[in-house]
Amino acid sequence: MEYAEAKAKVIEELTKKLKSKSKFYFNDLAGILEMKPREAKKLINDMVTDGTLEYWSSGSTSMYGLKGTGKQQAAEHEE
Amino acid sequence: MAKHKTPMLDQLESGPWPSFVSDLKALADERTKNPKKLDFQVPVDVVDDLLGLLELSFKDGATHWKHGGIVGVFGYGGGVIGRYCDQPEMFPGVAHFHTMRVNQPGGKFYTTEYLRNLCDLWDLRGSGMTNMHGSTGDIIFLGTRTDQLEEIFFELTHKFNQDLGGSGSNLRTPSDCIGAARCEYACYDTQDLCFTMTNDYQDELHRPAFPYKFKFKFDGCPNCCVASIARSDMSFIGTWRDDIRIDQEAVQSYIGGEIPPNAGAHMSRDWGKFDIQKEVIGLCPTECMRMEGKKLKIDNKECNRCMHCINVMPRALRIGKDRGLSILVGAKAPILDGAQMGSLLVPFVKAEAPYEEIKEVIEKVWDWWMEEGKNRERLGELIKRQGFQKLLEATGIAPDARHVKEPRSNPYIFWKEEEVEGGWTRDVNEFRKHHLR
Repeated sequence: MEYAEAKAKVIEELTKKLKSKSKFYFNDLAGILEMKPREAKKLINDMVTDGTLEYWSSGSTSMYGLKGTGKQQAAEHEE
Repeated sequence: MAKHKTPMLDQLESGPWPSFVSDLKALADERTKNPKKLDFQVPVDVVDDLLGLLELSFKDGATHWKHGGIVGVFGYGGGVIGRYCDQPEMFPGVAHFHTMRVNQPGGKFYTTEYLRNLCDLWDLRGSGMTNMHGSTGDIIFLGTRTDQLEEIFFELTHKFNQDLGGSGSNLRTPSDCIGAARCEYACYDTQDLCFTMTNDYQDELHRPAFPYKFKFKFDGCPNCCVASIARSDMSFIGTWRDDIRIDQEAVQSYIGGEIPPNAGAHMSRDWGKFDIQKEVIGLCPTECMRMEGKKLKIDNKECNRCMHCINVMPRALRIGKDRGLSILVGAKAPILDGAQMGSLLVPFVKAEAPYEEIKEVIEKVWDWWMEEGKNRERLGELIKRQGFQKLLEATGIAPDARHVKEPRSNPYIFWKEEEVEGGWTRDVNEFRKHHLR
């Protein structure tokens, strides 16, 4: 899958789900891309690097979200 | 004078043990006095506010930390854990209180200069509070602000040649024992293997793509000083496959009392004359030792590497010469289903650079877990859910009696039709001729 196509697919699917949740497990993203996790990893990493996605971590678990979305984003930029 | 009144925390100082509260108060006081005239990059009262916040949490019976965060350093999905306080107006010093995990040096060997550099950096750009060491072994920096993260990371990497460790759904910072550097029991070079895996799996360490955390730990011998068998998803424990070497003269010296047992570790009290029968032979869990006249004999094929005899008589008994390691999988702490110890996957493999055989096993395990594991499911839970046989299939490792938990008392194994000559098909009518319904 081309990077641009993968990115569009991830943005579309995550945007659709934004009303109910803003953070997703890695395997949710691999599922959207219909790829095995190891194959999906490079594309997903590139999406983080170019600022499409961002990491969220509780310390024990990591999740991914569209950059700038979710309650956490608002809370962490309050001063 | 303390910024906040902390009567409940003060009570913790009254016990017989050193208290973290006293340490925090001392640090808060030092930051206020600032004898080194540091230009603190996080609030000077960060430690005061931490004490105040903790007192409030005790009073309310609830935490005042928010859950998780999005902060990190560029390109890394681990190593920084975002922490924010939900009472930032009352405790502005800990409004941001992020944790940074620093990848500890192999075997935790470091110089005082290295430690001093890290502490100076953290006094300036963080709270000054550290945790030496976290349960994964990392050097933990407790409490800094978002704007300091990249600054700290730059200095760590550029000045001190030091990386961050793992957190979240990553490979966690690999951890090893001191190994051959100081220990005669080391069956392989733990530090070389740990260092190689840390470098070869940088992507797994820094970019989260696993269902949950994954821990490697490297123990040079079955004494398991880093407790890999209990604490790591994949545990590498040194072992040997030939015989324990026996120096019969030294055995006699232990019996005669010329050499103190356990290298003299218990000499502070008189335990009486050393009794090899009672203290060594009688304690062997597989009963594989005996005296024949003045000779100590070991039935090596029965030895299960408990290490007791070697620990008691290190000058008489030595590990074998044909050395390597065993790989065990699936240990974890008790969040779900209780704690689990590791299960033996690879009974013996030579541990020689570039460790291709070991990496092949690791990557097959990861492929299986990444595809089959549910979100937040540890490897040990997946093994329990799908069965150890599935793991053997995924890794292409042939079943072995040593994979059976209790081979002497419970040899039950599930066979598949293709593994049994003739399969399952049978002529029921023929069967009924000999077996009534």
